Amino acid sequence: MLEYTLIPLLPLIAFVINIIFGRNYIKDKAHWVSVPAVIGSFVLAVAAFMDVQSGKVININLYRWIVSGDFNVPIGFLIDPLTAVMLIVVTSISSLIFIYSIGYMHGDKGYYRFFAYLSLFVFSMLTLVMSNNFLLLYFGWEAVGLCSYFLIGFWFDKKSAANAGKKAFIVNRFGDFGFGLGVILVFLTFGSLEYTKVFSDAGSVIGKTISIFGYEVNTITLICLLLFCGAVGKSAQLPLHVWLPDAMEGPTPVSALIHAATMVTAGVFMVARCNPLFSLSHTAMTTVAVVGGVTSIFAASIGLVQNDIKRIIAYSTVSQLGYMFLALGVGAYSAGIFHLYTHAYFKALLFLGSGSVIHALHDEMNIQKMGGLKKYMPVTYWTFIAASLSIAGIPGLAGFFSKDEILWRAYAGGDAGRWLWLLATIAAFMTAFYSFRLIFLTFHGKFRGTHEQEHHLHESPSVMTIPLIFLAIGAVASGWVGIPPLLMEHGDRIGEFLAPVLGPPKGEGSHAEEWMVMGLSVFVGLAGIFTAYIMYLKKTELPYKIGEKFQAVYKLLYNKYWIDELYDKTIVRPVLSVSEKIILGFFDAKIIEGVVNGVPNLIGAFSQRLRKIQTGMLSHYAVAMALGVLVIIGAVIFLK
Amino acid sequence: MEDIILNHLDYPVLTWTVFLPVIGAVLLLFLRNAGVIRWFSLLITLATFVISLPILAHFDKSTYKMQFAERHEWITSWGINYFVGIDGISVLFIFLTTILSILCVLVSWKAVDTKVKEFHIAILTMEAGMLGVFVSLDFFLFYIFWETMLIPMFLLIGVWGGPQRVYAAIKFFLYTLVGSVLMLVGIVVLYFYGGRTLNILELSALQYPFQLQCWLFLAFFAAFAVKVPMFPVHTWLPDAHTEAPTAGSVILAGVLIKMGAYGFLRFSIPMFPDATKFFIMPLFVLSIIAIIYGALVCFAQKDFKRLIAYSSVSHMGFVTLGIFALNTQGVEGGILQMLNHGIITGALFLMIGIIYERTHTRMIADYGGFAHIVPWYSGIFIVVALASIGLPGTNGFIGEFLIIFGAFKAGKILGFLAATGIILGAVYMLRLYQMVFFEKLNPNYETGRHPVWDLTLRETVILTPLIVSIFWIGIYPETFLSYIHSSAEHLINNMSLNTGMAFYK
Repeated sequence: MLEYTLIPLLPLIAFVINIIFGRNYIKDKAHWVSVPAVIGSFVLAVAAFMDVQSGKVININLYRWIVSGDFNVPIGFLIDPLTAVMLIVVTSISSLIFIYSIGYMHGDKGYYRFFAYLSLFVFSMLTLVMSNNFLLLYFGWEAVGLCSYFLIGFWFDKKSAANAGKKAFIVNRFGDFGFGLGVILVFLTFGSLEYTKVFSDAGSVIGKTISIFGYEVNTITLICLLLFCGAVGKSAQLPLHVWLPDAMEGPTPVSALIHAATMVTAGVFMVARCNPLFSLSHTAMTTVAVVGGVTSIFAASIGLVQNDIKRIIAYSTVSQLGYMFLALGVGAYSAGIFHLYTHAYFKALLFLGSGSVIHALHDEMNIQKMGGLKKYMPVTYWTFIAASLSIAGIPGLAGFFSKDEILWRAYAGGDAGRWLWLLATIAAFMTAFYSFRLIFLTFHGKFRGTHEQEHHLHESPSVMTIPLIFLAIGAVASGWVGIPPLLMEHGDRIGEFLAPVLGPPKGEGSHAEEWMVMGLSVFVGLAGIFTAYIMYLKKTELPYKIGEKFQAVYKLLYNKYWIDELYDKTIVRPVLSVSEKIILGFFDAKIIEGVVNGVPNLIGAFSQRLRKIQTGMLSHYAVAMALGVLVIIGAVIFLK
Repeated sequence: MEDIILNHLDYPVLTWTVFLPVIGAVLLLFLRNAGVIRWFSLLITLATFVISLPILAHFDKSTYKMQFAERHEWITSWGINYFVGIDGISVLFIFLTTILSILCVLVSWKAVDTKVKEFHIAILTMEAGMLGVFVSLDFFLFYIFWETMLIPMFLLIGVWGGPQRVYAAIKFFLYTLVGSVLMLVGIVVLYFYGGRTLNILELSALQYPFQLQCWLFLAFFAAFAVKVPMFPVHTWLPDAHTEAPTAGSVILAGVLIKMGAYGFLRFSIPMFPDATKFFIMPLFVLSIIAIIYGALVCFAQKDFKRLIAYSSVSHMGFVTLGIFALNTQGVEGGILQMLNHGIITGALFLMIGIIYERTHTRMIADYGGFAHIVPWYSGIFIVVALASIGLPGTNGFIGEFLIIFGAFKAGKILGFLAATGIILGAVYMLRLYQMVFFEKLNPNYETGRHPVWDLTLRETVILTPLIVSIFWIGIYPETFLSYIHSSAEHLINNMSLNTGMAFYK
């Protein structure tokens, strides 16, 4: 079983080799180190998956990491069905992205560095999913944050890239702040950080409360909400979603990696992993569902009007992650993980496809300046279509099955669920619309770029297109392991596989309702595509007119609800100016230093005065002496 | 007879460790050639390190008792002994001191070219003073070493420092002297109260009346709080650190400011447990203020070195918070974090010194884009910066996590407030990193005009042990924590025994 520790270690070794020897020795051959490593991890992950499928659960402690008094936590791994699914998702998608990067990053002067960081990223994510305790999870959690910092800011000579990397790390730290406290509270409540112990004891703390500022708060609810803070940061949910769209500053394969495999899914995974805790807190579950549901429509609405090809896809990720949290929040954990898994394929495909487009257009990212690329880039086009149909929820494709499962579980999840279902269904319409808006503006119609660009239009090399084809297969077929029982008896193989960890899905409803939900989701998907078709291929003046008519709404969406500006005005600037002007400029420099320098100055000034008495003139001293004698004699006489 | 384990090595290991640098300093008087002086000092610091090594192997981790103890009568009429020994609280600092001293000699190889002999004498005396403080078990001896540290440091700053060196040196001297004098008064009171003994262990075993405890606590606190430094007596630190030569900054940040926290652990808590408990709220408040205040001040710094200096205020806030949480995790975390801070901030100051030798500027705005021209340097810098912001896998994480854990246990609000430090730390460190290393290269350093070269072999050798420790402690902290466990446990048990503070256990 110990060989499975190699799953994360192989990429780590690749990282170490590349970062130390890459610059001077390996250089543009860095992929020969990293690609075999990640493929090795993939092979081992498949082996682990098969082991788990045969009924094994692997839980090994390697050594005790931190020991202090009654606190102790091991370095250890747990491979159960949930981890097994994650391992397959992470290693398979990463392998394809690594291969694609060989073509995409070809000739970049940081080539070795790129592969080093990618490997470290995969190591971090694998540690995160394989951990058997909360603290090692936290390790992976922070480490993926670090890698995103390196990779988003990969082209660090661009100020915007360096800013975006920093922003990702710091915004995530806000979430981690809560997450870290949650981890501590878990230990103080359960006396352990190991999943098996914590989850098996979860029942025993029901009803226990903890007092905070005199308020009695349910312990489990508090733990879950604190942990969820971390998930909100990592998985870019409201209100900490602001880092993800900026993360587009990184090279496109990084975006694919972050969005599909190695980072944003961490939050979803963590909540699913902690389902025995979350299930005990109605408040926490509702919070998760509401945050997810609201984020799904919030981000989708922003996606409607953006023009940057990668930003549209980024908002789509935020929205789709919202779906996943919605599923988790209504107790449909396996539906959430199922969507995570199908989403990974079509989202990686969308990013790599857009990378292929950007590559062909020499770093043009504005879809208003594209158009008609279909005939130049057939592979990119058709794989892009597959991914978009999948995300739009067209029956038979992967996205259809997973999204339908979520919508159905939300609908079946009671009154609150009904409302969230409505939001999610509207978001589904938007998703289909913006996905095809992107396709029509990019691949159809006439090319709107410069002649120079048009001259150089070309399909990407096969090292890039072959991964696209593999991912397209996933975008189409990966959903076939989760066919709802309504359509096929025992079709939900992934749900059954995950059931030992995540439990059976909750919620009741009739077949008629289930057909209705499914029918409606297909309808809104088709309607979204059709609307985009009308607006961007048939009546191309329509978008402009609508934009004119609803200018306020358009501006609101285009400026992303001004959330970044809001944070800048209410948090960033005040803190900076308080620290510069008040704390450093006034308090430290004037008050404390005033006292520190003031006392010696005072003594100095006093001494200066005192010194004046010492004139060095004998006559002065004689007078002073005479006066002194007189005073003493006078005192003696009078006091007698 | 109190609980001590006499030295059982075949040479008096602590005495040799402390006095070898003194012998070295004396012998330096007879040398002339600067090169010879450098090599000789390196040899002495290396030898001191090697001589102290058997301690690690023979240290009995299962006991809290003083080990490798040596005792000789010294001034019998006053009851003064030469009495030294170490326990789990002090043992790691011996090595921190001996290793950093070696690095200080190495990093000054090129940087110091005036008064080379005097410089190295100061470094060696300094080393002896610091080691002496950690091993002394007699107050008289302790105080001598305590004050011994002051003079060479005063000279290091005042003679080899930056443009504002005289102001900084005097400020440093006065600040610490005011504190030390109050401590001296406290020692004298203890001497008479304890029946004319200066034996630290005997005096620790006594019970003092509550009021006396409070006065003594405050007297010692004056000395230690300045050294740590705690808010609001921290303002000597940015000046001293910034103006000191690299070696001086490294010693200051690495070891000297640990003396305050060490004093709390060695004297304040065990001798005045009731007073500690009585003053616990103000101590928490000052620690939390230091964490947040120190970090916020870093946001606005324009000077590379000053920023790191202020970050020490924040980090030492963590240390005092952990120590006064008075539970196992807090105290162990605090001690480990002292070591970590020595490694991390030591490394940061070394690295600033290294780059200063090329650029001759400390202003952050004069840098920019350095990752283009000094890639190795930038790579190592980010490792240290990440350790400083407590990224898991590095030593900073282990210390901060244990401290926040301990603080949370002592009071949820404390844990909550301390944890904000991890956000703030990330903000100023990454800001600094971006301004120095990212974006476009500062035009001043474009080809040839102003040569800046990457790490040399000597510099790489200097940084390697620190980088290794950063990961070692981060991945397998038990190597280090295992030395601390028994003593920390003993400290906590005694505390709760003496004050009935079962709650804190």
